[in-house]
Amino acid sequence: MPLDASFVGRTWPAETYEVSLEKIREFATAVGADDPVHHDREAARAAGHPDVVAPTTFPVVFTWPATKRVVDDPALGLDFSRVVHRDQAVELHRPLHAGDVVTTVVAVDDVRELAGNDVVTFRCDVTDADGAAVLTTTATLVGRAGDDA
Amino acid sequence: MSALADAARGDALEPRTATITRADLVRYAGASGDLNPIHWNERVAADVGLPGVIAHGMFTMALAARYVADLAGDPTAVVAFSTRFTRPVVVPDDDTGATVEFGGKVTDVADDGTRTVSVTATHDGRGVLGKAVATVRLG
Repeated sequence: MPLDASFVGRTWPAETYEVSLEKIREFATAVGADDPVHHDREAARAAGHPDVVAPTTFPVVFTWPATKRVVDDPALGLDFSRVVHRDQAVELHRPLHAGDVVTTVVAVDDVRELAGNDVVTFRCDVTDADGAAVLTTTATLVGRAGDDA
Repeated sequence: MSALADAARGDALEPRTATITRADLVRYAGASGDLNPIHWNERVAADVGLPGVIAHGMFTMALAARYVADLAGDPTAVVAFSTRFTRPVVVPDDDTGATVEFGGKVTDVADDGTRTVSVTATHDGRGVLGKAVATVRLG
């Protein structure tokens, strides 16, 4: 099934996520990031941060569920069971830390067909409670052609 | 001075090997919320044509970002990271796990000291990350 190209340029309503000390600790432990600034509030403050700091790829914790909502929209026409994650980028405009209440707006940047496969690029723009930009992520997913393609 | 602060354009960075076990994947699945069964269930992985349970691409990317941050000597120095997931890392159901070798090369040093690092990640002698680039801001 061809993808719905009218998704390009659309954005989806913001989702709010509150970054917590324990979630940062849990994620940092899972990726082996053992520096105290990810685990210990006092160490983070001593290093000049308001609270523990998230590792670089932590934002996937909230950008992926926000993106998945769009991926799962049957109108887009992407079969998630055949999806492969092809590219990922994250750009931090400032360190993300515990206590941040962030909102994620998902946009579809590109939809195309490549060698029979569906290729979709999603962008997440993340802002803080003051509306200031915190980070941007982009993810390109490929829906591999099925037997009926 | 950290290894990366001392590095000039064109310098190769000291490589590092990381090991990924099934337990690591389960822990990462829980921490990240990515519960896709291809990262922990052999049966589902085989059903979709994979040679076995594979690591989350985002897990390999997280390890690559940490590798660069460690070289920078500052856990908050990696302000951007982009990559392509070119091959899966198959993680066997044993106590040894899979091995991923990380390497890097400084490709640019900006006037403000920001380093651009080209990162490599190989598993079984083949690259698993493509066009991986880290932007490193040293304090």
